[in-house]
Amino acid sequence: MRIASLVCAFLVLAAAPALAAAEKAGAAVVAGDVPNDAGGAIDVTWQPSPAEEEIGFKGYEVQRRVAGEPEFATVAESVVGETTFRDEDAENGVAYEYQVRVLGAEGAPTVLGTAEAKASGQWFNTARSNALAGVLFTSFVIIFFILRARGGAELFVRKIAGLEAVEEAIGRATEMGKPILFVSGLADASEISTIAAMTILAKVARKTAEYETPLIVPCYDPIVMMVEKEMVRQAYAEMGKPDAFDEDSVFFVTQSQFGYVAAVDGIMLREKPATNFYMGAFYAESLILAETGAATGAIQIAGTDRVTQLPFFITACDYTLMGEELYAATAYLGRDPLFLGSLKGQDWSKAAIILALIVGTVFLIISTDLGLWFAKLFETAAS
Amino acid sequence: MRRELPLAICFIMGLIMTVQFFVPHHYSQWLFDNMLKWLIIVLTFAMILGIGNLVKLHLQKVQHRRRDWLYSIVALFGVTASLVTGFGWGIEADSPFMVLYNYVQIPMQATMFSLLAFYIASAAFRTFRARTVEATLLLVAAVIVMLGRVPLEGIVGRWLPDLAEWILDYPNMAAKRGIMIGIGLGAISTALKIILGIERSWLGGGD
Repeated sequence: MRIASLVCAFLVLAAAPALAAAEKAGAAVVAGDVPNDAGGAIDVTWQPSPAEEEIGFKGYEVQRRVAGEPEFATVAESVVGETTFRDEDAENGVAYEYQVRVLGAEGAPTVLGTAEAKASGQWFNTARSNALAGVLFTSFVIIFFILRARGGAELFVRKIAGLEAVEEAIGRATEMGKPILFVSGLADASEISTIAAMTILAKVARKTAEYETPLIVPCYDPIVMMVEKEMVRQAYAEMGKPDAFDEDSVFFVTQSQFGYVAAVDGIMLREKPATNFYMGAFYAESLILAETGAATGAIQIAGTDRVTQLPFFITACDYTLMGEELYAATAYLGRDPLFLGSLKGQDWSKAAIILALIVGTVFLIISTDLGLWFAKLFETAAS
Repeated sequence: MRRELPLAICFIMGLIMTVQFFVPHHYSQWLFDNMLKWLIIVLTFAMILGIGNLVKLHLQKVQHRRRDWLYSIVALFGVTASLVTGFGWGIEADSPFMVLYNYVQIPMQATMFSLLAFYIASAAFRTFRARTVEATLLLVAAVIVMLGRVPLEGIVGRWLPDLAEWILDYPNMAAKRGIMIGIGLGAISTALKIILGIERSWLGGGD
């Protein structure tokens, strides 16, 4: 008997939100906290009034008062063509009562209905649940393969022509007695592509230290300059040639996009580097840099994650690392099993995405509703 | 300690900022806003370092009469003029700094940008030589897309713009999305390696 009472109580409690929603669905005015926000906002929704069809209809008026207070204050007036209003001036935890009035053609406004709600901030954005699941899955796969690599598993990585050519390009500059130019993009140090470019620079600097080839690194961002200077210095020290490091080889130019391009183009034309590296984030300047480099006869290797700039680099450079190949460069050049493990993890995550695409396509062929339901699982709130 | 402390800070901050993305609460927003403010402060100090480096480099060039040292005088003059006019008269609409900016810097930037038109022509000429099957495909697709953008509807009908749109919306978009998926995974992987301290070259050391 006691168990039956408990089950009944549980069912009543479980059904309570649904009953409340059903009750609200029938109401003329509904107010509720904005979901997945920082707080301070309440959505008010109302059923369209038949007065909308009348000639001279002026719209709706939304009024608000703190629950228990006598007077309403207008927060929105003459709302026409819409049946929702977002109050972004609410205080968290305070109960507000909203009243929607119809401003008809004549006479005093008529009250459509009232509703009460409290604003609150959420601790988890449920609209991003799928993004969280995706990040956790990808991270799990990558960590799994890193651990496997640490355990000594043999991992195959396909050849990447652009990275195979790095050594050859540095060797060419050494033979010609000319410098190497390394441009690490026009983004700041918080960009992942800039960090990837910096790690490639560390590898290139080791080679230039080994061959004692001059290296020129003009920087767009002062923080990037500081980090790159330290990286190059350390690379020379690790190769046992700290004295060969030129303090002025890594320098700040300007944060003006085309000012930077003018300076780097000038360096190319004056110093005639035998090899140019363009790694990182690039914008409209990509073709200007790469075409000038091509005109000087330098061998050019580019790598960027900016899809719109890829065609320009492919056109004007000898080798181009496309998108993820830029991130793979450290693993490829270093051949460190831990880095190779992360590459494998990326590949398996990609396989999972391809599988999802195939499943989605099959679902869409079977039934449009099924396909759309599946596609909706991958929709994420941007902000 | 020289390496452990930055690694620990990187791990903690990386984790906090990842969690912050999934937490919409105003405390989380407050944290995010403050992080942005810290970033601006750090960037301001970094800019001082950058300008210091620039001035030092060019002063040395002038002092030792290195090759093309005359250009360094122009660079130093530009830096000094910007600093003096900016700090001396402010950056209001008609201030000397804005006059320099509007009538010297912007036209020079526009000049560099306009070079792009000529570079696109020379790059297109090189790319569109139909030497291989792939290059021929590229040439045909590019010609269709270019002509599809020209208002020739009255002469050739709707099929050309429609075909151009189809090329952009389907084969082109499919390739773009494929690359972008790879970039997303690569970014997650790189971020993870940095947060977990596997990737350490940014610390100024080797791996």
